Amino acid sequence: MNGWALAVIQAGLLAFGAPFLAGWVKWVKCKLQCRQGPSPWQPYRNLSKLFRKDIVISEQASPVFRMAPYLVFSVTALAGSVMPFVAIGLPTSAIADVIVLVGFFALARFFLALAGMDVGTAFGGMGSSREMTISSLAEPAILMAVFTLAMTVSSTNLASMISHLLVEPFQLYPSFIFAGMGLLLVTVAETGRIPVDNPATHLELTMIHEAMILEYSGRHLALMEWAAMLKLMIYGVLIANLFIPWGIALELTPLALAIGLVAITGKLAVLGVVLAVAETSLAKMRFFRVPQFLGLAFILCLLGMLSHVILEVR
Amino acid sequence: MQMAALPLSEQMILTLAALILFTSFLLLAQTRIVTLIHTFAWQGALLFFATVLVAIVSGRHHLLISAGLTLALKVFFIPWQLRRLVVRLDIRRDVETVGSSSLIMIGAGALVLFSYYVALPIRELSMLSTRNTIAISLAVILIGMLMIITRRKAVAQVIGFMSMENGLMFAAVSATYGMPMVVELGVAFDVLVAAILFGVFFFQIRNGIGSLNVDHLNRLNEVD
Amino acid sequence: MSALYLTLVLPLFGTLLLSLIGHWRSAGAINLAICTATFVTSLLLAIDVFNQGPLLSPDKMFYVDAFNVYLILLNAFVGMTTAVFSGPYMAHELEIGRVDDQRMRLYYSMYQGFLLTMLVALSTNNLGLLWVAVEGATLATVLLVSLYRTPESIEAGWKYFMICGVGIAQALFGTVLIYFAAERVLPGSEESLLWSVLHQHATELEPAVLTLAFVFLLVGYGTKIGLVPLHNWLPDAHSEGPTPMSAILSGLLLNVALYAVVRFKMLIDPALGSNLAGNMMMGFGLLSFVVASLLLHRQRDVKRMFSYSSIEHMGLMTFAFGIGGPLATFGALLHMIVHSLTKSAIFITVGHAAHVAGTQSIDKIRGLIRTQPAVGWCFLLGTVAIAGFPPFGVFTSEFLLFTATIKSWPWLVIPLLCSLGIAFAGLFRHVQPMVFGEPPAGQVAVKANMWPVILHLLLVLWLGIAIPGVLASWIDQATTMVVGKGLL
Repeated sequence: MNGWALAVIQAGLLAFGAPFLAGWVKWVKCKLQCRQGPSPWQPYRNLSKLFRKDIVISEQASPVFRMAPYLVFSVTALAGSVMPFVAIGLPTSAIADVIVLVGFFALARFFLALAGMDVGTAFGGMGSSREMTISSLAEPAILMAVFTLAMTVSSTNLASMISHLLVEPFQLYPSFIFAGMGLLLVTVAETGRIPVDNPATHLELTMIHEAMILEYSGRHLALMEWAAMLKLMIYGVLIANLFIPWGIALELTPLALAIGLVAITGKLAVLGVVLAVAETSLAKMRFFRVPQFLGLAFILCLLGMLSHVILEVR
Repeated sequence: MQMAALPLSEQMILTLAALILFTSFLLLAQTRIVTLIHTFAWQGALLFFATVLVAIVSGRHHLLISAGLTLALKVFFIPWQLRRLVVRLDIRRDVETVGSSSLIMIGAGALVLFSYYVALPIRELSMLSTRNTIAISLAVILIGMLMIITRRKAVAQVIGFMSMENGLMFAAVSATYGMPMVVELGVAFDVLVAAILFGVFFFQIRNGIGSLNVDHLNRLNEVD
Repeated sequence: MSALYLTLVLPLFGTLLLSLIGHWRSAGAINLAICTATFVTSLLLAIDVFNQGPLLSPDKMFYVDAFNVYLILLNAFVGMTTAVFSGPYMAHELEIGRVDDQRMRLYYSMYQGFLLTMLVALSTNNLGLLWVAVEGATLATVLLVSLYRTPESIEAGWKYFMICGVGIAQALFGTVLIYFAAERVLPGSEESLLWSVLHQHATELEPAVLTLAFVFLLVGYGTKIGLVPLHNWLPDAHSEGPTPMSAILSGLLLNVALYAVVRFKMLIDPALGSNLAGNMMMGFGLLSFVVASLLLHRQRDVKRMFSYSSIEHMGLMTFAFGIGGPLATFGALLHMIVHSLTKSAIFITVGHAAHVAGTQSIDKIRGLIRTQPAVGWCFLLGTVAIAGFPPFGVFTSEFLLFTATIKSWPWLVIPLLCSLGIAFAGLFRHVQPMVFGEPPAGQVAVKANMWPVILHLLLVLWLGIAIPGVLASWIDQATTMVVGKGLL
């Protein structure tokens, strides 16, 4: 019972922490660019405002368009709820499988793309097509990275991966360096950050994610945006806990949990700063260069797998 | 999983091996000449670190001399000379378009697998903890070869050639803790002379055919 | 021992000296003098080895036995006779303005440098140094190939540099693998790349590693031998460089690369206990022999044509060493001598012929025998010799090789004989009009010293009619070294 309660609390923390991470990245970015910038809490205000507003829906919209926000959000939230966030060894860890995670994201993306095309506006369709292009290139890379890790620890379960890494004495895995770098690049592409997509723009030539949700308003828009923030959070937690697993609570004692919470907050804050620095120093690339970018990610993940097979197995 | 049984320094050698392979991939994909030269210098630097580490781990201090040669030749002299030539030939801003680059990358991946397969019988024999790196160094050699085949610019071909040499040095360092000193010196001398001759050739090609694109070297055929 | 050191020091001295004074009018004579001195010392060395058996220098750096000393002697001899030709030839090139003083210095210095690397490669005991010397030979000759600075010659030089550089890198990887195998048997020893040491421990070496190593070594040194499909550089380098260079490339470099392969085969055979290395060599050799004889027909440049003939003969020798056994090995060793002598004689003649006609194009060289009978007759006789007519030595060695093939691989005689016929037809189809045709108006004889050619051809004739007993027993010693038992 205790475990389940903790799991619920953890899922809540992840879901309600997500807007803060998005706000934090934006805030750091503004500071780096010598701008005043909104406070990190601004996303909460935006979301609550959107929830209170009415929705406007096109006459041509089908039920898919109405369903999509709820589906996308709930699937993403479900994915987030099983992530080992503060502690491992919770009852939900049993279903925290990486392949399931990738599947959840694919499901959410599917409905997102359908919703984008549903109303029949030019932007929506364009955004959907771009999103699918990118994801079709990103997914093999993710899976390759995940398999590299899975081969090292002989499991695809996130919780057992992390505990395996923590229990074994420290080792320098070359494959982890590559898988980590590859996953980082994929994260940038998947969560729609610079240089692949710009979350802050509504310029028709460049937007991808924003183009798909252009027709949404009110609570639908709020759910969509929240889902996007959650996705960023989940990827952040994935990278933070897989490649820098130290600090996560192995036992469910209050002290360990507190340390775990502090640790993950610190790791995410650092990741946020890294992301902000990268976004500030890079320019958004042309859409046709994106396949090259993801190709690099794929090569990195492939190298990770190869160096695992060649160098680490004996 | 006996990885844990290795001391940290040897794990670092393995990591350096992986990074050297990674720089090989970068060389293959890089189209800007100056960046290409810098990446090559980085590969040399990684090789230098690996050699120093091996020298310390194995206690064979003559490897330090070989590391010094690598540092002097591969990290400083050759990149410096190439850069100077690129500036003098005024091709600093050249961008080479490599056709079907993703196919080449996949080919390079296949070469890594091939070298792994080729080196499989060896790794079962060796007692050295760094035996796995033979496959990596063979892959670096083969990728250098692939680079020579796929590139059309003379400078890029030379860098491919030199990165093959890096692979060879790495093979010698990691598989056998270095070659006898006299051989190391001879090889370094050959590399030095080759680097100078390449410079001479750049000017000859440039003066002979008016560009450094070796596609224009097409007058001699097997049959006419 | 001092003869060996002198043999190596003389070309080194020549390299340094001629890099300073190579543009003097007397440089050709100085070059010849140094080559002659080298030949005399190598002769002394050969007599030493012949009387006292294998010679290991005190620091174990050099090792000379019957196998390599005869190649050293051959190298020095061909180097000397080519130097006789090279002096007037290069003076003529300087006169017509194809080269300048600076390039003359480069040429003479690198001529000696090339001989030095060849002699080091042959006499060294260290397999790593063998590699360094063979790579050094590429580096020494690469600028000579592009000496004329025409687009074609630059292309040939670049191809030569790239293909041989890449190929020889494979050989270094193979050498590393050999060292790797040796380290397991003799851990921590500084001597584990020494041939004399390795040969003693050959049976203890790990077969799996050696097999892999030999593949790389064969590909690597095979590029230098000019084995198909790694031969592309060879016709280009031979046709575009100065003719004396073509003569010593064909006569010496290819032999030295083959020598390296055979040395490694001698290490690998006892370790493997099978003829795997030999079978690989047979495959490559046969392929080269067949392909080169076909390509010979389609050439328009006379030097290119004869370089394909070189590929063909190198393929035949590789094939013969691959068969193994005393008869084939004896034949291959003999073939190394007669091919070197004949081919360098032909290239020297071709050089004169090209000066007479002012071009290297087969279609434009006509009527040599009327314009300059000496050149014409030597050209014809050289071609007859290289095509394997009796009574020349090439016939003898090829006869021995074919006999050995019939003994062990009877079916392979069919492609061999067919290719031999095709190559013969190709050579004569092109050579006949060059020698007998109607000379173009205004074609005049040039100053040519045909004595080296005549000397070479006479030697080949002598070897064809009666191999002197001394030489026969000498080659037999080498055969014993390579395959374990002699023929005689």
